Amino acid sequence: MTEISTNPGTLPAGPDIKPKLSRDDILMRGSMIVIALYLVATLVLPLYTMLSKSFSTYRMELSQYEFQVSDESGNFDGTIQSAETLNEQTGAFSDTDLATGSDGRLSVTALFPNFSFRSPVMYQIRNTSDTGRFLVGSTLQDGTDWVTLDSNEFRRVQLRPVQSRGLDNFVNYFSTPALFNSVKNSLWISVLSTIVTVTLAFWFAYALNRSCMRFKGVFRLIAMAPILVPSLLPGIALVYLFGNQGMIKELLFGASIYGPIGIVIGSVFFTFPHAFLIISTALAISDARLYEAAASLRSTPWRTFWTVTVPGARYGLISAAFVVFNLVITDFGLPKVIGGQFNVLAVDIYKQVIGQQNFEMGAVVSVVLVIPAILAFTIDRMVQSKQVALLSARSVPYQPTPNRKTDRIFLAYCCLIGLFIVGLLAVCQFAALIKFWPYDLSLSLKNYDFNKMDGGGWGSYVNSIKLALLTAAIGTSVVFFGAYLVEKSNGFRTGRAIFQMFAMLPMAIPGMVLGLSYIFFFNNPSNPLNGIYGTMAILVICTVTHFYTVSHLTAVTALKQMDREFESVSSSLKQPTMKLFARVTVPVCLPAVLDISIYLFVNAMTTVSAVVFLYSPKTTLASIAVLNMDDAGDIAPAAAMGMMIFYTNAAARIVHLIASKGILKRTQAWRSR
Amino acid sequence: MKHTASYFAALAVGALTATAAVSETELTVYTAVEAEDLARYAETFNQSNPDIKINWVRDSTGIITAKLLAERDNPQADVVWGLAATSLLLLKSEGMLEPYAPAGVEELDVKFVDGDNPPAWVGMDAWVASVCYNTVEAEKAGLKPPTSWKDLTDPMYKDQVIMPNPNSSGTGFLDVSSWLQMFGEDGGWEYMDALHDNIARYTHSGSKPCKLAAAGEIPIGVSFAFRGAKSKADGAPLEIIVPSEGVGWDMEATAIVAGTANLEAAQKLVDFTVTKEANEMYNTGYAVVAYPGVAKPVEHFPEGLLDAMIDNDFEFAANNRAAILKEWQSRYDGKSEAK
Repeated sequence: MTEISTNPGTLPAGPDIKPKLSRDDILMRGSMIVIALYLVATLVLPLYTMLSKSFSTYRMELSQYEFQVSDESGNFDGTIQSAETLNEQTGAFSDTDLATGSDGRLSVTALFPNFSFRSPVMYQIRNTSDTGRFLVGSTLQDGTDWVTLDSNEFRRVQLRPVQSRGLDNFVNYFSTPALFNSVKNSLWISVLSTIVTVTLAFWFAYALNRSCMRFKGVFRLIAMAPILVPSLLPGIALVYLFGNQGMIKELLFGASIYGPIGIVIGSVFFTFPHAFLIISTALAISDARLYEAAASLRSTPWRTFWTVTVPGARYGLISAAFVVFNLVITDFGLPKVIGGQFNVLAVDIYKQVIGQQNFEMGAVVSVVLVIPAILAFTIDRMVQSKQVALLSARSVPYQPTPNRKTDRIFLAYCCLIGLFIVGLLAVCQFAALIKFWPYDLSLSLKNYDFNKMDGGGWGSYVNSIKLALLTAAIGTSVVFFGAYLVEKSNGFRTGRAIFQMFAMLPMAIPGMVLGLSYIFFFNNPSNPLNGIYGTMAILVICTVTHFYTVSHLTAVTALKQMDREFESVSSSLKQPTMKLFARVTVPVCLPAVLDISIYLFVNAMTTVSAVVFLYSPKTTLASIAVLNMDDAGDIAPAAAMGMMIFYTNAAARIVHLIASKGILKRTQAWRSR
Repeated sequence: MKHTASYFAALAVGALTATAAVSETELTVYTAVEAEDLARYAETFNQSNPDIKINWVRDSTGIITAKLLAERDNPQADVVWGLAATSLLLLKSEGMLEPYAPAGVEELDVKFVDGDNPPAWVGMDAWVASVCYNTVEAEKAGLKPPTSWKDLTDPMYKDQVIMPNPNSSGTGFLDVSSWLQMFGEDGGWEYMDALHDNIARYTHSGSKPCKLAAAGEIPIGVSFAFRGAKSKADGAPLEIIVPSEGVGWDMEATAIVAGTANLEAAQKLVDFTVTKEANEMYNTGYAVVAYPGVAKPVEHFPEGLLDAMIDNDFEFAANNRAAILKEWQSRYDGKSEAK
């Protein structure tokens, strides 16, 4: 799941050849524009709509209302007072009182200091313009005629806000401690999880690459397991382990698992494979001559470790840290399940949108969440671009030498990590099979009767598989073809640069933000694409876009390994590029194509954050069902469904493995002579 | 000639059947009713109205409300059947509901009918707040069962109570709004300040506190009665407590969406929703229904629940909702992690 850093900027510039545009070139540029437009429609425009939504505010426009007050016997003398002047006289409402949300209401009696609901005084109220709206009780009045009310009815008058634009939402956000606190919470929880995960993953990868311990293959497999489950599954396992009825809650010494502790432990679980993969790649290759030099200079192993090993892996460590940081800060499922009262940004978006239907505030929190995510992503990219090759042609690959003592220590360490990962999964499976924890410990399959629970039943499981297959098929085609065009077409530099930028953008956009922006963009009746809202199509599009970047980078890396001369040869043989693409490029890059498709499949099965805003009653998903069943308190069925996702993904991986072996044997025979 | 006659007769029959097929009206009905009940509801309705087909759009209360509000200028729904009255009041205040007095509405308990004439919405059934009390865990922790809301502020219950967050749960909001109505504005907030000290955490959904109490995760969960009865039926060691001051409630209700192209069919559907037959149908899931005398007791339902239901002021709840939620958030959401 990692990407290998590629930067076209450091490649030596090739000779400047400017051939005439052939039909092939036009076709390729046309296709590239089509895919770029796809990215614009599914990423750039929705994000823009969301950004503009965050500036959409609601205000009480007092100048829109006029009043008349009668005397005690109910006669009006014709004096008309505007609400604005009344407010200036009485000072009843401050400016912040007037800034409100879409469902804001303002009672007007405060404008009349002498008001009493028992008094015989009559009131008249009207809107001065068509945009004015007020309620009497819950009946909407939007006309400009006078409405006459007695005092008792007049206290039921509520003004309604009008829409305008401005920074009010942001001011409101940063002046509400309940909301603003989440920024702090999100940041420190992400930093802590990053430090813990990267440290643990580093030693795990070190053991697997630099020691001679046994069972390396098994540990490699175990380390990858968390990728196959939704991020909220470890949360459920932790509830069973450390909750108030937990199996080993004593280990927490009275601390509550619901909160930062739970989020950090769960985050370590689900980000571990990502960190491990990146660091492991960095540690896999090393120049043995450096270690020989260190040894001949009589450096202690400790010193060698800090001066040779760590610097050699620094780019991997930095990259792993940023990837983990981004995963944790944008994750929504885990804090939702185990966060308790500990508010984080991603959950705030959900609460604002689903709980309060306050879409504007949801957009504001999204903008706030995007900032650290984009920062982390950009810094990582900048650092990676400085990376230079460590391994030259003269390097001697480092081979670890057996050392009984350290190998044993490493084995013990890996067993601990393995136990942590397998343990959490086993707990979920165990919980899923128990009839009624903790009162009835008999085994039963009752928790698999999903049709009796919230979340869409077995239908959602079927939907998830459909989504995963469609995402894998469509996503792989679009991504690989797009990468081919951008990598192999001639000229058109600006277009290609813009395309590259669009392709990198999804990585920096948190799923919650993407999903919310899709609501704003697609659920708008005037949008011609409105029809796909609530269908499987929007889920596929959203998932493909969400996971576009890593797939794109994998494809680009594979394509870079193919010399551009293939294109030159084919054009000199007067063969259409598309034929070359189908007959040569795709078969040669088949390993990468298969990797992309399994990556998309697995992520489509486990994703929660983006699709949580987009599923409809007909397209409920298994991962969302886990969330909703947990939300409704059906924790054991949630664990059961989570494990179904795990088994499905594991099966998909095995099928992928077998299929790739078979296909590769046929298509990649040329690689070994 | 005879042949021609029969030919024409056949044609006429064909045309008739064709019109019959065409005259089947389709209604788009938005609902928050549990998915498992929908097929049954449609089936019962079709027994008396076979020519109207219902296309359900179902989701949770919050999402359906948001969807309806978002579609304000371009309504997709014909009828809303089974949505919280508080939500329907929001729609009413946007002028989105078509007032209609269904045939037989006068039979219903007046509590369940909108005060306007003709009413903008009519109620179906009520869900009522209650406290789920796990007897086994409470005994372990040495707790005495509470009998009133005020009891729950006793320091004995510190960190032993879970309630839904009103910002995300309709059940949570009906609790808060009922306390504000029963104890007054100041008294209500004072009560919640005291209760907050005893709350272990707030959940997102309204049924979770009771399920957590059922699972022994916490001894006391503030939830709704029907959820408690269900968990008790599943074998959880629960007692469902009706606090003595009275309990908040909300109802599921029905309304016609203004601007529907199928007004006649929509009215037929709403006529059906207030019949005795329909109310008997609601009774399988809800112990309290709008049609007096219909409700049969639901198993494990606490006694005296009907009498404990407060005289709920839905207009107060709807018009003060935004302000109440903001106040609640600033009081309890912000300082919660400091605990």
